[in-house]
Amino acid sequence: MNTVVHSGAEGFLHRFEGLRARLPGQRLAWVQALREAAAAQFRAAGFPTRRVEAWKYTDLRPVSDAAFDEALTILGDGDTLPAPRGERRAVFVDGRFREELSQLDGAGFAVGSLAEQLPRLEGRLGALARPAEEPLVALNSMLFEDGLVVTVPAGVAGGVLELRSLASRSERPAAFHPRHLIRLEAGASLTLIEESTGPEDTRYLHNPVFEIELAEGAVLTHARIQREGVKGFQLGTVYARIESGATYDNFTLNAGARLVRNEIHAVLAGPKSACHMNGAQLLRDGQHADTTTVLDHAAPDCASRQTYKTVLQGKSRGVFQGKIHVHQVAQRTDGYQMNQALLLSPDAEIDSKPQLEIYADDVKCSHGATVGALDADQLFYLRARGIPEAKARSILVEAFLQEAIEGVTDETARAALDSAVAGWWEKEAA
Amino acid sequence: MLRIEGLTAEVDGKPILKGIDLEVPTGEVHAIMGPNGSGKSTLSYVLAGREGYEVTGGSATLNGVDLLALEPEERAAAGVFLAFQYPVELPGVGNANFLRTALNAIRRGKGEAELDAMQFLKLARARLKELQMSEDMLKRGVNVGFSGGEKKRNEVLQMALLRPSLAILDETDSGLDIDALKIVADGVNALRAPDFAALVITHYQRLLDYIVPDKVHVLMQGRIVQTGGPELAKQLEASGYASVQAAA
Repeated sequence: MNTVVHSGAEGFLHRFEGLRARLPGQRLAWVQALREAAAAQFRAAGFPTRRVEAWKYTDLRPVSDAAFDEALTILGDGDTLPAPRGERRAVFVDGRFREELSQLDGAGFAVGSLAEQLPRLEGRLGALARPAEEPLVALNSMLFEDGLVVTVPAGVAGGVLELRSLASRSERPAAFHPRHLIRLEAGASLTLIEESTGPEDTRYLHNPVFEIELAEGAVLTHARIQREGVKGFQLGTVYARIESGATYDNFTLNAGARLVRNEIHAVLAGPKSACHMNGAQLLRDGQHADTTTVLDHAAPDCASRQTYKTVLQGKSRGVFQGKIHVHQVAQRTDGYQMNQALLLSPDAEIDSKPQLEIYADDVKCSHGATVGALDADQLFYLRARGIPEAKARSILVEAFLQEAIEGVTDETARAALDSAVAGWWEKEAA
Repeated sequence: MLRIEGLTAEVDGKPILKGIDLEVPTGEVHAIMGPNGSGKSTLSYVLAGREGYEVTGGSATLNGVDLLALEPEERAAAGVFLAFQYPVELPGVGNANFLRTALNAIRRGKGEAELDAMQFLKLARARLKELQMSEDMLKRGVNVGFSGGEKKRNEVLQMALLRPSLAILDETDSGLDIDALKIVADGVNALRAPDFAALVITHYQRLLDYIVPDKVHVLMQGRIVQTGGPELAKQLEASGYASVQAAA
């Protein structure tokens, strides 16, 4: 038995050597080639350090210094599951699909486990992900074991699908790297509500990669609720390609984890397509949350809206980096980006880096950033009306978040987000 | 009964109130008049418990309760209501939700049952009607996009809902046209009762034509320099504060 514990990139590469023959798709040449290429890329790049511009504000050493086991070796039980949010739910424990916990019957579209469907995914898996550019995506490509595969056929309204990720309680920290493939064919629609949780006393790494393809006129509402355990790490990357007339509506709530990176690469690839990327980060003492968006306006007449709000308590740190790249062809682009932070503590820190690169000449693009504390006049006004200070503060924080959340029009997604925000406050009050 | 004795207070280390003695018996409405900078707003903020207004001496009690020892929300629960000179806008906070939260906080403080959304709505509608205000006001963000008159009427609506035992109206008449002034005055007059007292702070006599005070106090340079009946307000209107200053 191997008792040497490796950490950092070396640890993951070492385990890849040991697991190689047992990972899904080991008999598929294209999967093998994809994993080997990713391993070479990850070996060359390692974990990004703060010297890399895209990682200037997020120090990954808490992750890279730790030693993890891949989920393959420790398949634990999930915590008890709360009631489902829709009729259909796919449950993953430590990144592995759990059929007995899931309910996918009668979906009216194809949905299932990536590990099972792998032989049919050549050309689709990896179509959008760029492991050569993102070391964490290389890590995912090297070690993915499972994930969700969804294909909604043309014209089908898919309703609500819940994607539930749980981390099990384990003495040996688990790392899991699910790869989720979501494809909506022409005119199809889906609301995907994704929620990630884990035990509060276990260190683990959840490193998901999404590849999302939206064909002409498709509409995807993607609500991501990140409530990982306080010792957990989530490093997630979403790739979305949005064809003409399609809409990608992403809302990400970061309310858990010791360290989280929510990275989104969206490409408005067809004319008159739209992308909404909104989010809220609710941070307590000791937490670090990073939202990084890269939006490519690569076609004319497209619209994009981004509103991110971060609330910081104690010694927490928030990061927002948002790049909008308007290609020369993307005339009549309508782009908007706003990020705002509310500092509830003198020890909290927010770093904000908006970036516009515009190569077209007929473009409407605006961005803004604000940082502030709670308004003393507003707080006094509420208290003078008999509202206790803690409640008055929560009213003002909710009002601050409102602008980002009100953009979520899907009722189920909205309710899920509202209850997650309320849950955060209850915990705050406790 | 509001009883203020020897109250001194400073802002940023600068003495503003220099020994206020004042009694407002329950059931009465008193006016405080005075020129700009005399300490009128400071007095109202000190009584409501605003941060940054440091009490350096004296006392203020309402029905025997030491107000100065309480947090702002506790003073509200004890029956103090400050109608703001400049009501604050709260974007993202719905007016109905705000009013219900405030009302229930006060009711909780008094040991009364909280109102659910339907019970609240019924009560709010009745008060709105009395004040000739549109129900639309409930749906909007607190004071967001309200005209000056609407903001002041929203203050009076809050007062009508919370039913304080002491209302402090800090220059509620400023920025109001005559119609709005009448509505605001009617709102205050409707609350007049044996268990209600009000302190009406104003620069001008005009408001006192509609809210007729039992007593008028003149505040100058942090002290009450003259007290009289409603006729004192008219006298000030005619001869100005300079005459009082000369007399004092």
